[in-house]
Parts: sequence; C-alpha cells; structure tokens
Amino acid sequence: MSNSSTSKKSVLWDWLTTVDHKKIGIMYFFGGLFFFTIAGLEAMLMRIQLMFPEMSFLHEQTYNEVLTMHGTTMLFLAAMPLFFAFMNFVVPLQIGARDVAFPFINSLGFWLFLFGGLLLNLSWFTGGAPDAGWTAYAPLSTTSAGHGLDYYIMGLQVSGAGTLMSGINFLVTIVNMRAPGMSMMRMPLFTWTTFVTSMLILFAFPALTVGLLLLMMDRIFGGAFFDVAMGGNVVIYQHLFWIFGHPEVYILILPAFGIFSEVISTFAKKRLFGYSAMVFATMIIGFLGFMVWAHHMFTVGMGPIANAIFAVATMAIAVPTGIKIFNWLLTLWGGRIRFTVANLFALAFIPSFVMGGVTGVQLAMSAADYQFHDTYFVVAHFHYVIIGGSVFGIFSATFYWWPKMFGYRLSESLGRWFFWLFLIGFHLTFFVQHFLGLIGMPRRVASYLDGQGLNEMNFISSMGAFMMAFAFILLVINVFVSRKNTDDVQDPWDGRTLEWATTSPVQEYNFAQTPLVRELDAFWHEKQFGDGRMKAAEPLDDIHMPNGSILPIIITTGLTVASFGVIYSTWSIIILGLLINFGAMFVRSIKEDHGYHIPVSEIKREQGEGK
Amino acid sequence: MSHVDPSAPLEGKPSKATERKLKNEARTQIVSFVFMIFITSTAFLTVASDVIPTHFAIPFILMLAGVQVVMQLYYFMHMNAKGNGWINVMLWSGMFVAALTVAALTVIIGETKF
Amino acid sequence: MADQHAAANQPLPANPEKATLEGRNKYLGFWFFLGGETVLFGSLFGAYLGLRGSTEGAPGPDELFHLDLVFIMTMILLTSSLTSVFAVINLKRGHFKKLLVWMWATVALGAAFLSFEIYEFYEYYHQGLGFTVSAFASSFYTLVGTHGAHVAFGVAWITTLLIRYRKSGITLSNAPKFYTAVLYWHFIDVVWVFIFTVVYLLGVGG
Repeated sequence: MSNSSTSKKSVLWDWLTTVDHKKIGIMYFFGGLFFFTIAGLEAMLMRIQLMFPEMSFLHEQTYNEVLTMHGTTMLFLAAMPLFFAFMNFVVPLQIGARDVAFPFINSLGFWLFLFGGLLLNLSWFTGGAPDAGWTAYAPLSTTSAGHGLDYYIMGLQVSGAGTLMSGINFLVTIVNMRAPGMSMMRMPLFTWTTFVTSMLILFAFPALTVGLLLLMMDRIFGGAFFDVAMGGNVVIYQHLFWIFGHPEVYILILPAFGIFSEVISTFAKKRLFGYSAMVFATMIIGFLGFMVWAHHMFTVGMGPIANAIFAVATMAIAVPTGIKIFNWLLTLWGGRIRFTVANLFALAFIPSFVMGGVTGVQLAMSAADYQFHDTYFVVAHFHYVIIGGSVFGIFSATFYWWPKMFGYRLSESLGRWFFWLFLIGFHLTFFVQHFLGLIGMPRRVASYLDGQGLNEMNFISSMGAFMMAFAFILLVINVFVSRKNTDDVQDPWDGRTLEWATTSPVQEYNFAQTPLVRELDAFWHEKQFGDGRMKAAEPLDDIHMPNGSILPIIITTGLTVASFGVIYSTWSIIILGLLINFGAMFVRSIKEDHGYHIPVSEIKREQGEGK
Repeated sequence: MSHVDPSAPLEGKPSKATERKLKNEARTQIVSFVFMIFITSTAFLTVASDVIPTHFAIPFILMLAGVQVVMQLYYFMHMNAKGNGWINVMLWSGMFVAALTVAALTVIIGETKF
Repeated sequence: MADQHAAANQPLPANPEKATLEGRNKYLGFWFFLGGETVLFGSLFGAYLGLRGSTEGAPGPDELFHLDLVFIMTMILLTSSLTSVFAVINLKRGHFKKLLVWMWATVALGAAFLSFEIYEFYEYYHQGLGFTVSAFASSFYTLVGTHGAHVAFGVAWITTLLIRYRKSGITLSNAPKFYTAVLYWHFIDVVWVFIFTVVYLLGVGG
C-alpha cells in the first residue's frame, strides 16, 4: 500500500509501465497512426503500379505482398487500434468511471497489439511478407512458399489475443463501472456502440483464433485440415474466416456510427433524434453481423438455397442501417449546425456511406454476385464503407476529441483543407473503380493490358490516391503547427456528454468526485437545468489507483519470442519464449498488488490549480 | 484515513441464514451430481448396447448432453443467481454463435449442395 | 471505491468473491471470457464434425475408441467438478483449510485425467493414428488436445494459487481468484460433456 505516485519516474518508464486508460488510449492512437501510414504507403505503391497499363514498378510477387499487407495492416493494425484509442480514452470518461475494469489487462492488450503488428511487419525484412490476401484462403496460404504466411498467422494471433482482452475489458467496464444514475439507456451512443462492438469482438475473434490455429497446424506441424489429398476441406477455412470476418467489418463501422452520433448531435445542438431506436438498431446490426458471413462465399458452391438465405439476411441489414441514417438526418433537421471539421466529416459520411451501402445490397444479390465477385466493383464497395464510414469516423473523432486528449485544438482552417482534399481524393479514387469492376477488371491482379478501356479510369483513380496522401500530410502538419492553440480546450464544442465535464488535460483519476447522472446527455442537462457543473455522487475522499507495471511488456515479449520460434519451428526458442511469458504471468499472479491511494489533500490542491 | 487491506484474512463466520442456504446448496449439488452420473451412464449404455437403434440413439445422447451442460451451468456454476443477467446474455450468445459455426461446418462445406 | 472504506476489521461477507469492485469485475470478466471460449470450442467442434469422416485409410473412430477408458475419464472429471463445488461452499463458509483440501482434490483428479489422456493419445499413435495421417486425425487431436491443454493450464493455475495462498486464509483479494479458477474448471467439464458425446459416443455409435 505504498504511495508510489510521490516518487518521480522517468517519462519513458512511465509510458512503458502505465496502466492509465488515457495514456494507453494515446499509445493506441500513435500505434494505429504508425500502421495507418505504412498501409497507406502500401496503397500508394499499388496505385503507382496500376497508374498505367503493364507497368513494371512492382514485381508481381511484391505486388501480392503489398496487397496482402495493405489489407491486413489497415484492418487489424490501423483501423481497429485507432478506434480502440478513442474507446480507451473516452468511454471511461463518458460513463463517469475512474478507469477501466482491468487496467493491467488493458495495458497488456495494447502491447500485444503493438508487438503482434511489429512481428507481422518484420516479415518484410526476413524474406518476404505474406502474399495470400488478407483472407489467407487455403490452399493458397497453406502452400505459399517461404515464411511470410507464418508471420501472418503468428502476428495476427498475438495481436488478436490483445484485441480479445480489450473487448472483455470494455464490456466489464461498461457493465460494472457506470457512475450512479448512468443507466444503460442514458449511456452516450459512442459508449453503446463500444459495448456492442466489444460483444462482436468477444464472439468473432475466437473463430479467427481457430482458423489461424488450423492454418498453423497445416503449415508448420503437417496437419491435414486443408489438404484435400488427405481428406481435408478448404471450405472450412473460408467459413471460419468469415464467421470472424463479417463481424469484423461491423467492429470497424459500429464505433464510427457512435462517433457520428456524438458529433452530429453536438454540432446540431440537439439531442440525438430517436436515441432508443439508435441503440436498438445498433444491437440489430450486431446480431445480423453474425448471420450473413456466407455472402462472402456465394461463388464457392454452397448451393442455391444456402445462397438465397444468406442473400436475404444480408439485405435485411439495410433496414437498421437505414434507421440510423434517417435518425442522423433528423437530428440535423432544424438544428443550429456548426460546420467544424469534425462535423464536416460526419456530414460527408452520410452520402458516402450510403453509396457503399447501396452497392452492398447489389452485391447481396447472389445471382448478380457471380458477375461482381473478385472485380474492382467489390474493391470500390468496401472502400466506400470502410473509408467513407470508418476512416471518416476516425478523422471526425480526431478533430472532436483532440483537445481533450492532447490539450490543444487542431487548426480548423488547415483541417478544412485536409477535409476537402481527402473527400475529393477519396471519391476520385474509388468512384471510377465501380465502373472498372463492371467492365471486368479483376481485383488482386498486378497489372492490366493496354487497349482494354481501363487506362483512363485507372489513371484517375491513382490521381485521387495521391490527393488522399497529400491530404494526410496536411493532417500531420496540423498536429505540429496547432500546438499553440491551448486556449478553450476544456469544453470547446459546448459538449453534451461527461467527458467534457473533466479538466483538459484530464487528471489521472478523471473525476475528483464521481458525478451523479440525472439525464441522457448528462453534462448538457446540468448546463440547461443545473449550474453547469456535474453534481457529485460521493464526498471528496482518498482515491484508489492501480500501480503501473512493466510485466505486460515482458509477457508480450515472451509471447512474441515464442511466436518467432513457431515461425521457424525451433523448439528451443518456443520454450524460451513461453518461459518468459508464463514466468511473468506467474509473478503477476503471486505478487499482491493493491495499488495506492491519492490522499484528499493532494486532490484538493490539484482541484485548486485546475480552476 | 485507514483503508481496508485486501490481503488481511477475513474473520468470523457467515450468518445463520447464509449457513442454511449453503447447506441447502450443498444438498442440491450432491443430488445434481448423482443425477449427472446417472445420465452420463445412460448415454454410455445407450451406445455400448447394440439394441438401441442409431437414429434414436444420436438425438437421445445429444439431448442428455444438453441437460447435463445446463445442470453444470445453473447448479454448479450458479448462472441463475441474482444479478447474473449479463452473464446469461454473453454465455448464451456464445452458445448461439458456436451452434451456428457447428451447423455451417457440418452442413454447408460443399460436400452436399443445398 | 466505497468497498475500500468499509470497517477495518472485515467480517466474512456472504459472497467474498464479489465483495469488492475488483472481485465483481473479475467475476464478470471471466464469465464473458468463457462466452468467448464457447465460440472457440464451437469452431473446433465444427472443424472436427466436418472432417470426422475423412479417415483416408488410417484408423477411424470405431476402431480406436474404447468406451471404458472414456467412461473412467468422464467420471474423474465429473467428480472433480463436485470437489471444486465443495471448495466454493467452504470459501463462502470461511473454512479455509477445507477449501484447500477440496482444491487439492480437484488438482489431483485433473492430473489423473491428464495422465489418462496422455496414455490414450500414446495408444492411438501406436495404432497408426499420427497427427498427419488424415484430416480426421488432425481434427481429433486438435479438438481433444486443446481441451487437454485447458486441463493442464487449469491444474497449473490452481496449483499456483494453492501454493501462493497456502497460509494466507481467505481474503478479499484471493477469494475471487479461487472462485474464477473453479468457474474455469467447471467450464472444462462442460466442454468435456460435448467431447465425450460428440467425439466418442457418436464416433462409436453414430
């Protein structure tokens, strides 16, 4: 029970050992941004290769590797961690909690994600990255030469374990740690979508774990799961992958829905229209997310009845999604709309995402899908929903929560340049790809012939990609040049939810006194009907805090070393890694660590300074 | 201000009511255990004896397994205790997804077309 | 954290595993984890059921499986479920010594189960069922082996707890640890119920 906060630690050691959800959120943000940049560069390489017919900028094998790593990195290591960044930072604040339920596990989850991602990208330097697409279908993946696919399997296994832990952590945090008065139906929409997203993670990731495990058994231990000559069946892998994979794309879009709900209602200065319908629609989307996976497999040959069932189930998703679209529009209706950058992204999201949704329904028609399958039409579709939905959501959230996370506001004028360039570049890149697909350009192919009518549209597409890349550079510049905007950061948008009731930067314990929640949009309610400050639900008292720990990194290092051993089938390295891993877990298990208390006197002093 | 030390051993005895409740619980659990032994043996006997036709035996032993799992979950793991609503939601959702997976991997893996 | 500020000399609460916020979090989080584990095993069962007919000339279920051995293993695991239930009852009663005894009994039964399983795999291997000989073999060893790995982890986990807390008495911090370990142990038994039914009984009789 020592008070370890008094001893000053070095900054680096502090970040390596932190279990504070806000710091972990910030680390997720920069980790995700790092991989976002890498995957973006990979996309640029592909667009350069496809700028003109029969280019030899990239070798075919390299193209396959770049293509695989672009998809894998964007989904697992960029989009998800960036959402996790906001979930980690914002959700405990929104529900009035002092931390997440499992601070240690939270930190472990982050390091697993980071080390898994680094392990996967290490493959570039050890003889070639994975080259079987982000789906790694067997037998392409089981027969791929070299160790690239082994890195894919182990890298995703390590980072996937971290994701699962984070999912459970968010679920328990939201169920157990809400402030008094914060009933489930008073939770902000972002917290709700985090909750449903975490449920999807909990039930989808184990299927990926098994899919990757079976691939590993086949590739490394000579198993026969996907070896047809030994009685194996490759369709099993496709099912396992998509039972994970379809919920995964909803894991990527639901948090964005939550972000837009917050942003739109804040900048329209109106309560979210149809709050309970929004919550209900989120749950329905989550449920349907598990019922439609086989629409990725229409051309596999499951049979007409199976295809028809999955086609109808898929089209049904348009209903709850439509409910959400109309609720956002009706929230804007009659509101006093402010066109901040965060809101611009939210407003641009609505038509962009609808376009992706419409092509989604087209693709859901299984008979028509035989024509669309594996063409650029599909590429256009999923980039419309993932960029037009998830990435716009991430950028919106970046501008919206930046003052809370980093204590300064990003420049709005530079931000508007960034927004318009990115929006135009995005549509330029992907709109023409619909038509490229319809006239027959197959996806995942490194080049195309001259004189097929593909030249102009591919050139336009590549130009759009350059615009997006340039826009992204403006965002990075914005982060650096805006650092002086430190005024008006506590509640710059006239916010509605609890995170804006804290100080900026947020104190280690979030709330000196746990707030009492009296209404949906708790902070807004106090602004309108109270004195503009949250009522306290408890007297000022010592605050219990968890101790930091270096063990998450050691556990993760052990697991990464063991994975490395598996990749090269070297038992000594596997055993060494597992010894480190279980040794650190053992130490964690037997060491009683009850954290420390921040005394009232210190809190009072900090509260005084905060004013 | 003094804080409770979570590592200090807990003192004293449970209340009379708790004692009684625990005694009843122990009795229920022994009865459940005996019943589980019984249905497990029934399942093994169903298969081991050659008299019972397969088309009856398969659904029958699957049903026995279902009963035993529910007993484990509710009598041994106390899933029916108060305040376990979310636990029920998560476990049964997991069961649902697992059942979907099993159904997909046994039915639509391309060996027969539907 | 109101729980931290209760009276200094803590009497035994009715549910010591859920008496603190940390305990309640652990309890709930562990249950949610079991929900995820359900899908993990569901996927393995699915893969096994999809491939169990693919013996490709190597020995198949009806040639290999001996119901008497499986019956003994089932009884051992079922009994260990009962001993762990007794451990929990003694946890709530505040009988620390009895808690330890029943937990050790659970560990012993778990170890017995594991040795039977190792013997079983060894036998099958010598009857020609290597991991690589057929898709059936791969899926069988992966499903039952994953369960076995869970048993082994459970044995190691509970043993660690028992050694770490051999003299501590029941505390607010170790009660949730014992409780979640017992939950895990029951879950292992739940999975085994499906394994003996779907793998062994259907393998012989279906």
